[in-house]
Amino acid sequence: MRKILTAIIFVVLATGLCAIPAFLAFGEPAASEMDQYFIGHGQSEAAANNIVTSIVFDYRGFDTLGESVVLFTAVVGVGLMFRSMKGGKEQ
Amino acid sequence: MRMSKIVRTGANLLYPFILIFGLYVIMHGHLTPGGGFQGGAVVATAAALVIVAYSYEEVTGMLKKTAMKARESIGLLLFIGAGIAALAVGAPFFYNFLANSGLLFGMPVPAGPNPGDLNTAGVIPIMNIAVGIEVWGGLAVILLYMLSGIRKEES
Repeated sequence: MRKILTAIIFVVLATGLCAIPAFLAFGEPAASEMDQYFIGHGQSEAAANNIVTSIVFDYRGFDTLGESVVLFTAVVGVGLMFRSMKGGKEQ
Repeated sequence: MRMSKIVRTGANLLYPFILIFGLYVIMHGHLTPGGGFQGGAVVATAAALVIVAYSYEEVTGMLKKTAMKARESIGLLLFIGAGIAALAVGAPFFYNFLANSGLLFGMPVPAGPNPGDLNTAGVIPIMNIAVGIEVWGGLAVILLYMLSGIRKEES
């Protein structure tokens, strides 16, 4: 019974996944106002040719600050794991 | 353990070119694909090459752990400083106050396809450099720490 139920749920989910392309046109996401704004105003507002960089470092600079802090924390963690102490001094 | 003389000579030859390519990717982050994270990873690859080619004792004179740690901290502080500098001007945190201002990196960009000018994009190149320095120091510190751990196991 349990196996049959699992198989039915799996078939339903797989059918739904395969049916998604029939309802959604490729390359046309539901909400694209933000993308069009970035493409249209990115060069004049951020004055950068590379719009990806202008999004990462200008429009969403706070997110990049988080990324940098994550990297810093990772390095601190690796330093804690691999540090070998001898007499209270780092070797 | 050091590798053979061929590997060491190849590493010596490639080291400056990898550094130059990584710094180019960092510096041109606002014009071409790439940026601080990618360029910093390329520069850290140069450190990895030297670490692989030479033994730990020979590398520690060339790549100092304290200098790499300082690089990482300076990079993060420069990044946050570029964000706080906007507050000093009177704009929101992380506002691009240098863009289109005519000062450092302040040239306007014509709309549409154009060859690109390095002196544009305001705060973005400064943040790219900051993140590049930080990723360089961070990945090199991780490599040096792991290598020192291996050396400790062998002895």
